[in-house]
Amino acid sequence: MPERAPSAGRAEGRDLTRLSAMLMELDDLLVTCMRCGFCMAVCPVYGATMKESDVTRGKLALLNNLAHNLIRDAGSVNDKLNRCLLCGSCQANCPSGVKIMDIYLRARSIVTGYLGLSPAKKLIFRGILRRPGLFNALLALSGSLQGLFLREASKYAGTCRAPLLSPFIGDRHIPRLASTPFHSSRPYLDTPSGKSGLRVAFFPGCLSDKIFPEVAEASIKALQKHGVGIFMPAGQACCGIPALASGERASYDDLLRHNLRLFTGRNFDYLLTPCGTCTATIKEFWPKTQERRGEEEKTQILELSSKTLDISAFLVDVLKVELPPAGTGGRTVTYHDSCHLKKSLGVSEQPRRILKSLPGFNFKEMPEADRCCGSGGSFTLSHYDLSTDIGKRKRDNIVSVEAETVAAGCPACMLQIKDMLSRSGDKVEVRHVMELYAATMY
Amino acid sequence: MPISQNLVHEFIKILGRENVFTEEAERQSYSYDGAVLNPVVPALVAAPDRQEDLGRTVRLAYENGLPITVRGSGTNLSGATIPEQGDGIVILTNRLNKILEINEEDLYAVVEPGVITARFAAAVAARGLFYPPDPGSQSVSTLGGNVARNAGGLRGLKYGVTKDYIMGMDIFDYRGELVKTGSRTVKCVTGYNLAGLMSCSEGTLGVFSTIIIKLVPPPRASRAMLALYSDARRASETVAGIIAAHIVPCTLEFMDNKTVKYVEADTRAGLPVEAAAVLLIEVDGGHEQMVEEDAAKVIAVCRKCGCTDVRVAKNAEEKARIWEARRGALPALARARPSIVLEDATVPRSRFPDMVTAVDDIALKHKLDVATFGHAGDGNLHPSILCDRRDKEEFARVEAAVDEIFDAALKFQGTLSGEHGIGMAKAKWMEKETNRATVEFSKNLRRALDPRMLFNAGKKYV
Repeated sequence: MPERAPSAGRAEGRDLTRLSAMLMELDDLLVTCMRCGFCMAVCPVYGATMKESDVTRGKLALLNNLAHNLIRDAGSVNDKLNRCLLCGSCQANCPSGVKIMDIYLRARSIVTGYLGLSPAKKLIFRGILRRPGLFNALLALSGSLQGLFLREASKYAGTCRAPLLSPFIGDRHIPRLASTPFHSSRPYLDTPSGKSGLRVAFFPGCLSDKIFPEVAEASIKALQKHGVGIFMPAGQACCGIPALASGERASYDDLLRHNLRLFTGRNFDYLLTPCGTCTATIKEFWPKTQERRGEEEKTQILELSSKTLDISAFLVDVLKVELPPAGTGGRTVTYHDSCHLKKSLGVSEQPRRILKSLPGFNFKEMPEADRCCGSGGSFTLSHYDLSTDIGKRKRDNIVSVEAETVAAGCPACMLQIKDMLSRSGDKVEVRHVMELYAATMY
Repeated sequence: MPISQNLVHEFIKILGRENVFTEEAERQSYSYDGAVLNPVVPALVAAPDRQEDLGRTVRLAYENGLPITVRGSGTNLSGATIPEQGDGIVILTNRLNKILEINEEDLYAVVEPGVITARFAAAVAARGLFYPPDPGSQSVSTLGGNVARNAGGLRGLKYGVTKDYIMGMDIFDYRGELVKTGSRTVKCVTGYNLAGLMSCSEGTLGVFSTIIIKLVPPPRASRAMLALYSDARRASETVAGIIAAHIVPCTLEFMDNKTVKYVEADTRAGLPVEAAAVLLIEVDGGHEQMVEEDAAKVIAVCRKCGCTDVRVAKNAEEKARIWEARRGALPALARARPSIVLEDATVPRSRFPDMVTAVDDIALKHKLDVATFGHAGDGNLHPSILCDRRDKEEFARVEAAVDEIFDAALKFQGTLSGEHGIGMAKAKWMEKETNRATVEFSKNLRRALDPRMLFNAGKKYV
């Protein structure tokens, strides 16, 4: 199995008693799964493989067996556990209300703590991600060297191929790294509130910073046009989700604390991000990972997470911007519901209202708009074939409504959708909702 | 692993390596289904994705004496897809999921067994036709599984259940030979009605290859309403009264006070928590006027039988809200305690109130939290026992209560199971519902079609 973590084999023959005992912490959560299997209807991974071990019911059964010492091969259970996008579709559809995301995040932390992290992830999380300065410097270096490797793949999707790098990245169609990342063009912002009377903190997120600075720029433009003051501290780090998803709690905690220090005690009404995943991480996951934290830190996390909001939800629900429905005609635009936006945060109507108001566009709903695109952040790096199988279904749905533009509210989804469309040679452009919205503002 | 490597390789030769699962974790994922029963790990799992491979897999498994359990999505509630003891094989049919034909002129469809029920219903609806059976698990259940269990649902009273829609089938016998029965015609009297025999056979007689399914035109109009009662018995009298007035609602559902309270606590939908029982009723038909008249008659019967209030949905939104409340029953109950044991004892419609009372008495006697909802028009109750399966003392009381619920159902000339099936969970009860001769007759039938008793031997009749 190519996806198998290098460390996984080490578990066989080990004494699993300690691991079982740790997993028994999850027993009260695990027992609530009644094995109805309704997760099969919505799980993107199961939809691609039709294997029970790939759907939540199967994974929870395996975790239960591991906790009760009924299975010997912990490495293999770990492999199955990692074949999950953490999209939350199962939890949103679970009749029993099983706290699936809690189970997965805690289980990954326990199992990773026991089996160890793969060397590649160790390097990325502990060596690079935890050091925002080094991370930026490395990407700046890659940015200036990328011309040597990249060949244009699709001008519609704005993607490239990298034949020389194929041993590392396969035949992915990827956007170029931004020639000037957002943090270089706008290192810092601190403006007072204007006519809106509101001031927000802005967290662009790694992808808007390094690959899609236009998304961050569009967000800033829209906020400024609406008279919203902005606080954006320099030196922001990753929100921590890749480390958390890999069960690497130490790096995750470092990243969380780094960001918490930047925002705590500052004066703003909301913390906004243009990334569904960053929003969900700060709003949902940060408060859920409170074990081993001091009271003060817990309070700071709760305060920040309660202020955190997706930017389209802010425009529609808080600013209540006027969005008169546009006339018909124009480019056909469709919308992809990012899992973290819709299933974690319940944001799905707001971006649609924005899109339906855009002059020169004709909004058309695609089938299965809220089905996962297969990105799952670092999932696509470790399980590219599976991610592609899932992504093809998204691509087919986009193409089925003859969309000329597909909009999304999460740069990670944009990356995945660009890859899928570009590899199929489709002439569909991929845009963030904020890009399309800001383009109508003069 | 007890199956020899040589045999594993023979399966791989037929199916390809990616469709044969031997790893411990993979096999453990097929050791359970929706029933609250102990898992049994199979020795091998085979997942054919072509018809001919399915037949060859059956033949190879049978020739080598492997106990065979066929599994679609594994969502049944009675353990019918828990593998057999003694190193059995699970044959998965969920990858055989093509809709081969939808015929709008002759009103039928031909499908592979792994097609998901709801996907099929949607595909048929897109062509302007209607496939009525709607088991609670329709979003994930397979049509093959529905046939093997004769799945029911909310529309049984007027539209019947799965068996009423099976026109014909192709079946692999134990030698992997293809057997044909039924046809694409409305009438067909050639041969035995093997499709009828296969429906509800729970994987004990053969393996489905393709199924010919009857379709009907959809209703053009419908009305939904909610009737409230201060006494559950009056709700039951209403059910009898509606039928006596010669109206056949497409759906006639019952929820007791406990269920209503749990649903309301879970959804805050504005349900009447003070009501002792509610009926959720929908009438449908070919045109508005007829449905309007039927609805008026139903309302009159509800009032005559002493309902405290009847609320008619004025628009699609209100109608959706009524059915959301019903669909909310299982989730609300499932969230109340760690485990839920969902039974489906069924009685003649007229005995429905007696059965509801009997369930309440049994719950009281065993100090258990039991909420009852169900398909009142079918006499099909779902007493749901809320418990924690890890608590041995409590679970012993649950098992005792389940036994008594069956006793009560049989006393009222009912049946052990209206739609969930026998599987492993209720096999020991079959003789009690029928008699020794029936069990022997059924076993003889099985031996004729399965001489080595390898098809799901521990299920149905044991």
